[in-house]
Parts: sequence; structure tokens; C-alpha cells
Amino acid sequence: MLSRTASSLYWIGRYVERAEFLARLMEATIRLDALSPRTDGPGAWDSALTVASADHDFDLTGETRSPLAISRYLTLSSSNPSSIRSCLDAARSNAKSVRTALSRDAWEAINRAWLGLRGRATTGNSQTTLNIIESIRAETRGFEGALHRMLRNEAYSFLGLGAAIERADNTARLIDVKYHLLLPEGDRVGGQLDRDQWTTILHTVSAVTAYRWLYSEGLKPWLVAELLCLKRELPRSLAASADEAITHLNSIGKRTGLQGEADRLARLRHNAIDRTTIDTIFAKGLHEWLIAFIDENARIHQAIGSQFRFG
Amino acid sequence: MPGTSAFDEIRGTPGDPTGRPEFAGLSDWINTTPAAELDRRQKAAESAFRQLGITFAVYGEDESAERIIPFDIVPRVFTAREWSNLSEGLVQRVESINAFLADVYGPRKILADGIVPEELVLGNPQFRPVLAGARPPHDIFAHICGIDLVRTGPDDFWVLEDNARTPSGVSYMLENREAMLRLCPELFEQFAVRPIDSYPDSLLETLQSVAPRPTGNAPVCVLLTPGHYNSAFYEHSFLADSMGIELVEAADLEVDDDHVWMRTIEGRVKVDVIYRRIDDDYIDPLVFKPDSLLGVPGLIAAYMAGNVALVNAPGTGIADDKAIYSYMPEIVKYYSGGEAKLPNVETYRCREPQQLKYTLDNLEKLVVKLVDGSGGYGMLVGPTATREQIETFRAALIAEPQRYIAQPTLALSTVPTLTEKGVAPRHVDFRPFVLSGAKGVTITPGGLTRVALIEGSLVVNSSQGGGTKDSLILSDMPVKKEG
Repeated sequence: MLSRTASSLYWIGRYVERAEFLARLMEATIRLDALSPRTDGPGAWDSALTVASADHDFDLTGETRSPLAISRYLTLSSSNPSSIRSCLDAARSNAKSVRTALSRDAWEAINRAWLGLRGRATTGNSQTTLNIIESIRAETRGFEGALHRMLRNEAYSFLGLGAAIERADNTARLIDVKYHLLLPEGDRVGGQLDRDQWTTILHTVSAVTAYRWLYSEGLKPWLVAELLCLKRELPRSLAASADEAITHLNSIGKRTGLQGEADRLARLRHNAIDRTTIDTIFAKGLHEWLIAFIDENARIHQAIGSQFRFG
Repeated sequence: MPGTSAFDEIRGTPGDPTGRPEFAGLSDWINTTPAAELDRRQKAAESAFRQLGITFAVYGEDESAERIIPFDIVPRVFTAREWSNLSEGLVQRVESINAFLADVYGPRKILADGIVPEELVLGNPQFRPVLAGARPPHDIFAHICGIDLVRTGPDDFWVLEDNARTPSGVSYMLENREAMLRLCPELFEQFAVRPIDSYPDSLLETLQSVAPRPTGNAPVCVLLTPGHYNSAFYEHSFLADSMGIELVEAADLEVDDDHVWMRTIEGRVKVDVIYRRIDDDYIDPLVFKPDSLLGVPGLIAAYMAGNVALVNAPGTGIADDKAIYSYMPEIVKYYSGGEAKLPNVETYRCREPQQLKYTLDNLEKLVVKLVDGSGGYGMLVGPTATREQIETFRAALIAEPQRYIAQPTLALSTVPTLTEKGVAPRHVDFRPFVLSGAKGVTITPGGLTRVALIEGSLVVNSSQGGGTKDSLILSDMPVKKEG
């Protein structure tokens, strides 16, 4: 496989995953905003900007932070390289150039998601925004479905690898933004606001029901952190994303007979997570642990680029 | 006027009661299939093309509407005898083109013998002095030629243009057939149509046969595309896919020590043959346009060192130049030793004062073309032109006569075509694809028929209202009725 093809597939995986994450973040933020009794102060939307690592760039646009402005910036802005629109543009452009490596279903899902945003200048009220978000989520789910029906060849693995690396990064950033809310072990969630915040995190990673199933008890920040960091059962957890990266690297290795630095780093990370408990994480400091995880994830990303000669 | 009295390939010459009995079955099919049913099938074909992405702007809805090349459901047919005559002429012409190229980039005998004026070749922008002395494997330069033919009567075929650079359109030949097999299977039961689906195999065989030197394994062949913004990108990806070779862009290739390598996830892989769909001008910024981002620096050096085959070889533009075209009968005779089996359309070279005068005196009867124009642009069709257009061309001719040639307006043959008012005759041309490899010349029994959809129009280019048709070549074996 050409390195450029591998690179395009990997980036399609990353961009579609990022678009989907942003869509879920938007959805959860609208929900939190609606629940919140206060209309001022550091609201749900500020937090969304931070999770998307876009607060600095947003302020550079000179716009006032309003729900509509932020929602437009995260969804539709072409000047925001991480907006849903920019992600879908990039995914589609990569998909066009490797059209034959993708199944028709996978291509059509990306193309439909992209067509859905064409010509849209504003997100409008929250109902309209939710409709836009819902249709994007439907298409990205269609893309995931199409992936599962693809041949299990290198193309499939590079798409999955990109998605796994992106997902690890997104989930880690989401927890990090909320880490200050984490209370000592055993404490129940404090007031209604905190409770809403925690539910929002779980919504963003589609884990509200998962939490109930796995813990059968009331919302405890401690357990939420464990769920998102270490529970392999949850597809969007850091542990599950780390596992998935290894699975895809292994199958590429099996087909090409090549393993390298990316494989080594991914296995090291996997083993380290295996030995970690939520207690050791808290002992070290959750924020520090998350930052180290994000850095490690970036190193694996780099290693993938050099190993397959597209970095 | 052409259109009213032109020879119709299915129904024969108007007024001639014998018609074309060999195609009576097809004529009946056209007459008995309701226009609405033909229209339904035609729309089904076009919608399939859209979904496949054969139009280059398929991705955005509003662009696709204007960019799809219309497909006509009524096919064009050649008998086995017509095809075998055409094939002989095509082989002779393409062999002569390759001999001419090997000569002008080599010993230049044809210039020394005064058959073609030296300055017309050496001073031609299509001639690349930097490539003089190139000896591609088996002395083949133009591996893939698309020879544009027109017809004016039952046995009257003419070469309108030789395309010896990077002719396109073969994906339409293949996709049109797929559509016809699906939508009009009854025609293939009635007629013994020769299959064309072997084209990608023949093309791959041709590519492999011209690999520079024996390699241990199968030679590594790739298709080099300018990328997905190119209007023919669909064809590039379709052909690479059908042959099972990598579709590469310039950034995937690098030249090291005069060898070409492609970057893969498993490391560098040496490339032996490049089917390039990038024009000469852009192929190597070190030799041609220095600002080209589409090209591979050092590619020409690797080619000149004999380490990689380029298909087609660079510099072939000198063979299909319109100024050289007028000498093709002499060129064919010089290299093949016989008269050209496929004649040229009579051509007046405006660079010569006598012929310029004739052209200026007869503008309203002639077709005038820029020697370096293509796609139907820079062209005057005298009989249908306005007074103003004719005067514009007159001024241009006087200012720069060497840039023009003129030809008589031919009464191009027609083929019944589905129009808004039912089936009616429309003018056509024909581009068969001729492959030249180490084992000789291969012609897939088919080609691209382009049709001028506008009534009376002689311009078949897709940019100017042209469409395409399937082209059926009949076998002389009888049809097995029992299946």
C-alpha cells in the first residue's frame, strides 16, 4: 500500500471520529445549557470550547462568547480547523483521493455528512442545531457501520487506527477539563449542577446507561473517572482505545510482516494501563496522569507516521 | 447542408432504398422500442454513471448536473469486415507514428530525405530537443493511441486526428458497454458483439512488456495521476483499479540515482513502468515547467538512463501535432512502404501562401483549426459560422497564418440518436484505442463514439454539447440462438 494511501485512510479515521465527538459534545452541551438554571457565568458553552481545545482560537475571532456564536464556531466555522465542517471537509477530501480503497458505503456516508452541511451559514436555535447534529451523527454511525462491512485488510486497519488514536485523545481531554470537579473517594456528587456536569460527560461518551450497568449505584465522580479511563468494556474509554490501536497495528503487522516503534509504544501503553488502578491515578493526580496519557498518545501518532512513512 | 443528406450508419444513405440490410434488426429495434422506454433506460444508465462518479463533479449536486457526459442509448455498429479494414489501417498508422518518433528523436532520416520539412519538426514546440537520443524499450514511444476517425460513406473513413500523448475516454468505452449489457440485453442476444472487457488486461500486458529490463518478478507498473482535482481522475482510478496497479501521485514517487521509487508502508519499491496521465509540460520540473507541482523531479533523467519506461514516452506530441498531421500520408508511406490505408482529411497548411490564399477565399466552406488547439476550441466551422466569426478568423489567419490549418467541411455520418423529439440522426465520430507493446499492436474491438447531440452540429466534444454511445463491433461468427 502506498504511504499516501495509508496516511489518507488514517486521517479519514481521525477526522470522522473527531467530527462525531464534536457532534456528541454539542448535543451534551445543549442539554446541559437547557438544564442549567443560570444564564450567565462560566457556562456549558465555555466548557465545550475548552474540551474542543478551541477557546484560545475562538477569542482571536473577536466574537463575544454567546451560545450561538460558540455553537456556530464549533459546528460550521471554516476558519476553525477543528470544526465539524472542517473535519468533514478534510475527511472527504482524503476520501476522494483514495476512493478505490474505501467501500462505496463508507464513501457515501462521508459524502452525505458533508453534503448535509453544505450551504449552511448558521446553526440557528437549539432545535435546529440538534437537528443538524442528529443528521451528522446518523451519517457517522453509517460510516462506522460501513467500516464493519469492509474487507479486513490494511485499509480497514488504518481507518480504525486513526479512529482509535483520535478517540483516546478526545476522551482524555474531556475528562481533563472536568477533573477539577472530581471529589475524593466515596463522596457522592454534590449539588444539582455537579450532577448535571457529570451526566454531561457521560452523555458525551455515550456512557450513561453503561455506567448504570457497570456500577449499579449512584453517580460517583470516582467511578466515572474509572469508567472513562480504565474500563475496557466501554468502547470510548482510554483503555479500550489503547487496546484497539494495538489490534489494528497487529493486523497490519501480520499482513505486511512489519512491526516497529509504533507497535512497541502501543504495547507499553497497554501494559501500563493494565497495571493501573484508579487509586494509583488519583495518588499521582488525575490531571498529571491525563496529560501524560495525551503526550504518549501523540508520540504513538508520530511513531505511526514514521513507521509507515507518511509522518 | 450536412445532416439532411449525410450517410446514416444504421439506415443508409437517404433516398437509397437498399439502406443497410445487415442492420435491419437494429433498425427494427429502434423503431419498435417506444421512445419513452429508450428514455427510461438512458436515464437509468446516466444515474448509474453518476453514482459511480464517472462525472468529475459528482460530489456536489449542482455541479454534477452540468458535468455529466450525456450517454445515448442507441448504439453504433460496425460489421466484422468494416472493423477488419479499419484495424489494418490503424495498425499501419500507429506503427508509422512510432517509427516516425524513433526517427525524429534518433537519426532523423525522414528530415534528411526531405519528406517532412526540418523546421516544422525541429522548430515545433511539441518537439523536445532534450529527449533527442532517447531509446525507449523496443523503440515504442506511443504505446496508447486514440485515433479519431470520421466517416462520410459506406467505405469512406478518414483520420481526423491522431492522439499520441495521453488520450482519454477509454473508461467511457468500458462503462457504456456495461450499461448496455444491463439495460439492452436483447441486442446482445440478437447480434454477436465482440467483447471489450479484456482492455484492462491488454493494457497491463502492454505496460509489462515495455519494462526496461528483465526483472526477477513481474515488473512494477503504476498509473501516475495529477490527482483527484483532475477532470479525468475517475478514469485514472478506474484503470488502476481494473489493472490492479497502484494509482500514484507525484509525491508518492522519488528519483534516486536515476531510478524511480514509490513510497509504500513497507518501504521503497522500485518502479519499472509508469503509465502517466500527466502532460509532458508538467511531468518533471527539472526539465519542463519548473513550477510544476504535479511532476517528479529527475523523472526524465531516469527515463533517459533507461531505468524506467514512460507510457506514453515524453515528446510524442510531435507526432499528433496538426501541422505534422498534414504530412501523415507521406509519413505512413515512408515507413510502411505502402499507401496509407486510412486516408487523411484533405488539409490546407496556411503557412504556405498558396494554401492560405485558397483558405481565405473559401472560409465559408472550410473548417479552420488552430494547430495547437484542442477540445473543439479555436475552431471555425465555415458553413455554420456567422459573418462576424468568419471575419474574426480571417484577421487571425492573416496575422499568424502558421498557426492554422483548414479542411473541407465533411458530411459526417450520422447514427440514430434519442432526442427530445424521438429518435433522429446525429453526427458522430469514433475513437478506437490502439495499444503498442513488445509483441506488436493490439486493438480492442470497440472504441468511443462521440455524438453531436445538437441537430446539424458537427462538434462532438463533450465541452460543447457532445455525448457518447456504445460502439458494437460484430463478430463474423453467427449468433448462437439457443444461448
